[in-house]
Amino acid sequence: MIAVQVQSPSAYSVHGPHSPQARRIDSLGDAMYLTSAVVFAVVVAALFWATLRRRRVEEPSDDRRERSMRTGVIVATAATTIILFVFLILDLSVGRAITTNPGPEALQVRVTGHQWWWEIQYRDSLPQNWATTANEIHVPVGRPVLFELRSTDVIHSLWPPNLNGKRDLIPGNENSIWFQADSAGVYRGQCAEFCGHQHAKMAFLIVAEPPDSFSAWLVRQRDTAMTPTDSVALRGQEVFLSSSCVMCHAIGGTPAGSRIGPDLTHLASRRTIAAGTLPNTRGNLAGWIVNPQAIKPGVRMPSTRLDSDDLQALLTYLETLE
Amino acid sequence: MTPCPAVRPLRLLSAGAIALLSLPACEREARRFNPPSAATQDAARRVTDLQPGPPVQTVGVPSPSPGRGPYEENAYGVSQGKTLYNQFNCSGCHSQGGGGMGPPLMDDKWLYGSDPVDIFETIVQGRPNGMPAFGDKIVSDQVWQIVAYVRSMSGLLRKDVAPGRTDDMQVRSQEQATRKAVPVTDPQR
Repeated sequence: MIAVQVQSPSAYSVHGPHSPQARRIDSLGDAMYLTSAVVFAVVVAALFWATLRRRRVEEPSDDRRERSMRTGVIVATAATTIILFVFLILDLSVGRAITTNPGPEALQVRVTGHQWWWEIQYRDSLPQNWATTANEIHVPVGRPVLFELRSTDVIHSLWPPNLNGKRDLIPGNENSIWFQADSAGVYRGQCAEFCGHQHAKMAFLIVAEPPDSFSAWLVRQRDTAMTPTDSVALRGQEVFLSSSCVMCHAIGGTPAGSRIGPDLTHLASRRTIAAGTLPNTRGNLAGWIVNPQAIKPGVRMPSTRLDSDDLQALLTYLETLE
Repeated sequence: MTPCPAVRPLRLLSAGAIALLSLPACEREARRFNPPSAATQDAARRVTDLQPGPPVQTVGVPSPSPGRGPYEENAYGVSQGKTLYNQFNCSGCHSQGGGGMGPPLMDDKWLYGSDPVDIFETIVQGRPNGMPAFGDKIVSDQVWQIVAYVRSMSGLLRKDVAPGRTDDMQVRSQEQATRKAVPVTDPQR
């Protein structure tokens, strides 16, 4: 199931807009590109005409020449000014359209940037209904989603190119951005502000799904993890709680409650691990636990030494965290 | 203008001196992301039953190899140690070194020794009357980083290696930047 999901290509391009916001940005970009192309063609044509034209037999007097040159300069300046003004107005109207408050019906999602992963929290008026996940943002199709952006260490930037522009996550300051996904799909996003050694491996997925399956997903995410029934997984849980994992990670329903690293309560339901670095498979997870520094040098997670039996039990336990 | 011949060897000499002086900085700035650590995995004694997290049976505690800690001269390691000191809640008892429920760490009194190995054992095995055993819960490489930071608090590390600023938000300007309070003249006088 998971392998199939990973293989389905996730969209990652500014030229494939899937939200009204991204569409406006895209059409503004297209208009700018077309206008620049026309202006460039005209300038190049004028340049060729000026270099290749023959000298006339009778050159006009200096007076007439001066007059025609002045007309040329005035026309070119006026055209430039008008084009720039038109773009100024278009630019402001696009900016206004994509930043206007989406209204109270918007779903609020809190995104906190860490070096180098994204903490995602769906809040509710009842704190027991909060759901915390990492690096994978599920959103309902056709409903505006407002992101509250925060950071705990340095400046990051949220950038889902298919859905909207970039917005910085600034430590000590709350920022926001919103969009409304039009069609279901998996869209890739990336940190767009250099934030340290593993900035390049700080990606996330936005999973846009129909409202029904989104709310079903959210309800599942609110659940705590079930105590495993099978003895290997139970041994794995013991390994998790007695090794260094428990110092940084939280699993709902167990005594593990640290918030330094990503919440692992529903780890097995995510498509990727290590902030979009690897597909979430058993083998990748094993490599990541034993030696994360080889996969993402400088990452905050230390290499953990485990006996192979303990490691296999731990992996079995982590696979039960649906 | 060509430099006078006597100046040239002087320049060479000063360039050489600068290059020589910057050599110690190599270790100070080195970042070892994949350290050959955790070579010591043999079980060692435990001094206390307290430990962080849920009460589970732990298998063994790594005991340190004698000698200096690997991060004593490495500014990056010490700053990581500072981050971990807060994240693993050492600050919950020892505060930012001033002590609270646990003894202060920034003074020159050491109940169980100030050597890197002593501090390593204190963290890994725990100590009577409250210090939990963090063995198995923190990988030894990170313990060494915390050891280096703990030693930096009482000035046992070189000053240029010790962390110069905090990771946290500055709620007020730094001590060096704080403006001196302007004495207020008493209107009664």
